[in-house]
Amino acid sequence: MTLPEPGSWGPYLAILGMALVTYLCRISGVVLMSFIPLTPRVRRGLAALPGSIVVATVLPLIERLGLAAGLALLAAIASMVIRRSELLALLVGMGVVSLMRAAGF
Amino acid sequence: MASEAKSEPHPAAQLTLAGMLLGLRRVSVLMPGVIIFAVAFGAAASAKGLSLFEAVMMSALVYAGVSQLVAMELWRPEWTWGAIVALAFVTATVNARTVLQAASLQPWFSRYHWFVTAFQLSFFTDANWLVGTRYHGEGGRDVGVVLGAGLGLWVVWVLMTIPGHLLGALIADPRKYGIDMVMPIFFAAMIVPLWRGKRAALPWIVSGIVALITVRLVDGYAFIIVGALSGAVAGALLDDPA
Repeated sequence: MTLPEPGSWGPYLAILGMALVTYLCRISGVVLMSFIPLTPRVRRGLAALPGSIVVATVLPLIERLGLAAGLALLAAIASMVIRRSELLALLVGMGVVSLMRAAGF
Repeated sequence: MASEAKSEPHPAAQLTLAGMLLGLRRVSVLMPGVIIFAVAFGAAASAKGLSLFEAVMMSALVYAGVSQLVAMELWRPEWTWGAIVALAFVTATVNARTVLQAASLQPWFSRYHWFVTAFQLSFFTDANWLVGTRYHGEGGRDVGVVLGAGLGLWVVWVLMTIPGHLLGALIADPRKYGIDMVMPIFFAAMIVPLWRGKRAALPWIVSGIVALITVRLVDGYAFIIVGALSGAVAGALLDDPA
């Protein structure tokens, strides 16, 4: 027996497939960790995880998006060091990247 | 300071309306960026031939911006089972980072009934992970913050897909206004509240180096999960007290 082709249901099945795997990604971290005992070592690994995710996400993006993006991120970090406001950091970063792109970088 | 030392049990697993409103407020700085991103997705979807219903359905059920845009690259007029499975596979690779993001907050989430966590995680994205991580780092324990931020963004994301689809090609290039930089900037800014001194940052350096190497060797988004996992392993091994 073979499955009938998706036909006109194709787009909906494609969306449902995406939704299913995305939800599995969302819950599987919590499910997996519930099987791993929280030893001090695991705790230290988890403590290092948020910063590691942030750096692993952002650093390669600088390479992909170019000099303007890199300077914008540095400016945003500097703004956070001076005044700890995400909104201000966002405005500073967006300002830098818009100006530099307008200037042709 | 050693944060492990002060892990007194929190008897009540809090989920309050006040927490949800706080989450909404904390995530509101991202709203303009999310609106423009959603509009851009709606426009891309209409250009690829998705109906308005299909575009809104994808935003509502998938609710993961980057993977939705990547899906538009792979969208096709005719579907085979193979193409559906391939799209699901690519979606999983783009969204694999949420596995680690949720894992990092698991000690907090595990205080709640599994039903609360299963529901709350339906709205789990980069933005409310960042909001939740910052809030938890400040000592907050009300998971309503994560849920409120996620729900608020979800409503905006779904609604703003509509004008994007209707206006379609009228939307100017979002890149011009630096909108593609909103999430990267928000991510980078998180480094500052996460900072716990040089020693705690060593795993981040490992993570960054591994991510930079991976991005050269492997196409797609594997660099996030490979880099971050290396950082976590480094953190687990490095800080071993003698």
